[in-house]
Amino acid sequence: MIRQTLARAYLALILIFLYAPIIVMAVMSLNASQFYALPFEFSTRWYERLFTNREILSAAWRSVWIALVVATIATTLGTMAALALWRHDFPGKRILQTLLFPPIAIPWLITGTAMLIFFFGIGIGRGTPAVILGHVALALPYVIVTVTARTASFDRALDEAARSLGARPFTIARRVTLPHAAPGIVAGALFAFAVSFDQFVVSYFLAQPGDTTLPVLIYTAIRKGFTPEINAVSTIIIVVSMALMILAARYARFGGTK
Amino acid sequence: MTGAERLRALGHLAPAYLWLTLAVFLPLSAMAFFSLLTDVPFGTREWSFTFRNYADALTNPTYATLLWKSVRLAFWVTLWCLILGFPCAWVLARMLQGRTREALFLLVILPFWSNSLVRIFSWAIVLRGNGVLDQAAGSILPGVRLNLMFSESAIIIGLVHSYLPYVILTCYLSLQAIDETLIEAARSLGARWPRILWRLVLPLALPGLIAGAVLVFVPVVGSFMEPRLLGGRVGTTYGTLIEDQFIAVFNWPLGAALSFILLAVVLVILAAASPALRKAAA
Repeated sequence: MIRQTLARAYLALILIFLYAPIIVMAVMSLNASQFYALPFEFSTRWYERLFTNREILSAAWRSVWIALVVATIATTLGTMAALALWRHDFPGKRILQTLLFPPIAIPWLITGTAMLIFFFGIGIGRGTPAVILGHVALALPYVIVTVTARTASFDRALDEAARSLGARPFTIARRVTLPHAAPGIVAGALFAFAVSFDQFVVSYFLAQPGDTTLPVLIYTAIRKGFTPEINAVSTIIIVVSMALMILAARYARFGGTK
Repeated sequence: MTGAERLRALGHLAPAYLWLTLAVFLPLSAMAFFSLLTDVPFGTREWSFTFRNYADALTNPTYATLLWKSVRLAFWVTLWCLILGFPCAWVLARMLQGRTREALFLLVILPFWSNSLVRIFSWAIVLRGNGVLDQAAGSILPGVRLNLMFSESAIIIGLVHSYLPYVILTCYLSLQAIDETLIEAARSLGARWPRILWRLVLPLALPGLIAGAVLVFVPVVGSFMEPRLLGGRVGTTYGTLIEDQFIAVFNWPLGAALSFILLAVVLVILAAASPALRKAAA
């Protein structure tokens, strides 16, 4: 059983490596000292400051509503596309599926700068519309892949049976296809929200300075110098995004363990 | 497929793919175009076609050094991720079962889906001079200073932390698929663990290892935020060079050429690994 113990100890070390800095950050956001001085002295001062900081609050609000808009658009378009890919066989289908990979595989630095150039060229420029355009494009492949993974287990014959019984396409979608695909769609929507809410690189190139999203604001703030308020808002972000992913994991059942 | 069905399928697919075209494929083409210009074609500015940006990007020794530095950084980060991640994936896939495994697997993957910028920031708090690690080291061994901030080690630690879950995920998937009876057969024939690992497990897990390596290498070679925040002055990489062209220097044509060279490097790696990637995905 020495092997079992060693294995568990190793896993524990990896988990410490993954979580220790996050926990340190969370603890320090509740430390009274501005310079993270020890001994630790409990204070909610930085959170109170945070909720009076207009700049951070407005960036946070912008990040949330952009993520909601992005999740809505990406989930709608992505689900439509995924169901069409599942329902029909046609020449060029494989090419369409392959085209989903460049937005995921190409480093965001390249995609982001390319978007900046193109949006400037066609007159959209920088700003919130550009950010939404970019985020939806990054989120779409995730939605399509998640919904496709869910529909893979769904027999197309059911769809055809409903049609041969005279159901209209809209009724089939509402009563047969969508209920079955629902967990995949919910997971896809959560992924899309997370892709947008956590997105830094593409927002950094596309957001208007002074009118930015939360991650861009945090980046600029860190480069100017540390402030415990940034620490507090970062802690909130990490808690929100982890909670979202636990939800998404429950719906998507990724990892193939079930 | 009837004509009406075909039309409906097209109607369902078109919005998503038009969006991808507008926001990804056209911008990449626009960047190719820009990288061949002498100046940005906005307003009344004069511009013409040139290969000078590529000539500059490829012959300027500073740029070449930075590209090499980024490739080297990506190599070390990938290597550390594989060394740390493979045993972890083995424990998860072959030594744990049921709900424990499920819960621990989720715990390992979770940070990867959370905000990467914030996680890098959390390392800055831990690593900086007079930070948590420094004070902890000082209190255990008085007089010892441990300031890793603004060093290459800090960048590597932060990036390994960011991308380790990728490797664990891909290795986990390929290790889980290995048939237990194969390992038992090898053992009953008298093979010892090092031999089983080398001759049986590693070859079978290779697609997962390669997929993980590519998923780490590609984003790291284009990273700029992590080196900036954790590397400070030593943190100039090819990524920060590109960032500067767009954010600070406003030399977009040169930036576009540098981005395209990076894209070429990425595509070569993806193409070389694509057989393994396809196997890992299946």
